Amino acid sequence: MTARTGGWGPTPDAHAFPTRRYDLVKEFVIALAVMTVLSVIAALVFSSPDEPAISLQQWARQAPADVVATAAGELAGTTTSAGYGPPYNTAGEGQNLGPVNLQALPGVTQPVDSAKDLVLDPVRTLTSDVPAATAVRVWEAAAPDRQQAWATAYVDALANAPDGDPAKVASGDYGPVPAIAAAELHLADSGALEGLLTSRTSFFGVDSTKALLLLADGTHLEDAARAQNLGGDQWGIMNETGNYPGQPWLWLYSLWYQVPPFATSDNADIQVWALMIVLSIGFVCIPWIPGLRTLPRHLGVHRLVWRSWHSRR
Amino acid sequence: MSRVPVSERSSSMESPEHRGSNTWTAALTRWVEGLVPKGQWLPDRQPAYVASWIYVFGVACLASLVVIIVSGLVLTLGGVTWWHTSSVGHFVNSVHLWSVELFFATMVIHLWGKFFMASWRGNRGLTWATGALAFFGSLGTAFTGYLIQTNFDSQWISTQAKDGLNAAGIGAYFNVMNLGQMMLWHVSLLPLVVGAIVTVHLVLVRRRGVAPPIGATDPTASGSQEPES
Repeated sequence: MTARTGGWGPTPDAHAFPTRRYDLVKEFVIALAVMTVLSVIAALVFSSPDEPAISLQQWARQAPADVVATAAGELAGTTTSAGYGPPYNTAGEGQNLGPVNLQALPGVTQPVDSAKDLVLDPVRTLTSDVPAATAVRVWEAAAPDRQQAWATAYVDALANAPDGDPAKVASGDYGPVPAIAAAELHLADSGALEGLLTSRTSFFGVDSTKALLLLADGTHLEDAARAQNLGGDQWGIMNETGNYPGQPWLWLYSLWYQVPPFATSDNADIQVWALMIVLSIGFVCIPWIPGLRTLPRHLGVHRLVWRSWHSRR
Repeated sequence: MSRVPVSERSSSMESPEHRGSNTWTAALTRWVEGLVPKGQWLPDRQPAYVASWIYVFGVACLASLVVIIVSGLVLTLGGVTWWHTSSVGHFVNSVHLWSVELFFATMVIHLWGKFFMASWRGNRGLTWATGALAFFGSLGTAFTGYLIQTNFDSQWISTQAKDGLNAAGIGAYFNVMNLGQMMLWHVSLLPLVVGAIVTVHLVLVRRRGVAPPIGATDPTASGSQEPES
């Protein structure tokens, strides 16, 4: 009997108990009115956060060196997106959960060639900009090893320049890379780059993947986020811009990123995901997990819930 | 407005010859009628032990969901970026946000309450499971809502969240940086899924009734002493 009743013994039929008057519809209507009023009052008093999106033009004007460094990094293959792996490309293998690589399983479903899609294709549209057009032709005529050497050298030079300022870069053999990166900055500054990334191949630009990958490859977006305590190691998954509650229901998911081994793991994302999936399945299956399903009996909180009923027995 | 008078004749479904009818319509009718005990779809009485504030949070959660849906529908009228440029749109967005916060607050209290009451007793395991699934479905729905704000928040959240989803292989099909895809998931697919789970959950609650107190015995059994209402 115990096995069939989940460790509780027989539970009486709810319909066998004495009843009391209970107006479900009235209760719902009152609850609806209360929730509506609370939502409206909170909306009037606290409003809601709406920090404008960072445009690529804004990025170019506030952090031009970051745009140039990012463009050079895309050409060198050193940015996050360039070496990401699935689902964007095959430049990386992604994260592993022990011997399992779920990231590689579906393959490349959203192809992104960071150098071509995020830099060269947009710059190629500057047909009336002779230095830019020439730089792209020189780049494309060069062998891959040569391209890599130019771009890597320029990325290193930018990193060593004061404030990463392209104007203060030490002289070196960077080939057409500085001109291409400067053209990318020019496109961003003009406000044209977003359209070239989101709607160059489609009139309706509803897919922001490439523009967001480029923006996230730089440091400007992360700097702005960290300034608002939105970093992953700042409980940023559940935080919100300003002093708003955000998604507090993600506290447990956010927690794991703050503690070892996840906080320092190269495979933290898949490890946290795996842990949360296991915990979530466990949560759904509580009624069937021995020990856990009978835990409330020992906690005693149920006596508080049914104290008036117990007092009348 | 007067109501259409109800026919005094019994419906064809109630006639003896149709109770055993093998038509699909009759079978569906019998199935729907059998989902919950007769008179328990919307009863005006509850077991005497249903007398605690904890019971309010389930219906408060449901009421919050209605506010979320209505405010969300109003937001769809203006389009994706309407709320950035319209004070009315911003207000409706604020109502949407705070009703979501209330929804989760009441849902979490409801879930904890049901845990402490071990409300899965008496063959109510699926009632708990559908409630937990509704919670996880709501997490996904709220998450996609944050992705389609078309502001700095959605830029940051999408570029960060992609890594976890990609690592799990989900990002290959569920691209959080694709505004169009996330918009459709948020306003159509996920609300339908959550709505369906909540519907099943409510039917199960009505089917089994509210779980009796821990340790309660069958009041109809001889020798048992249950309080009168």
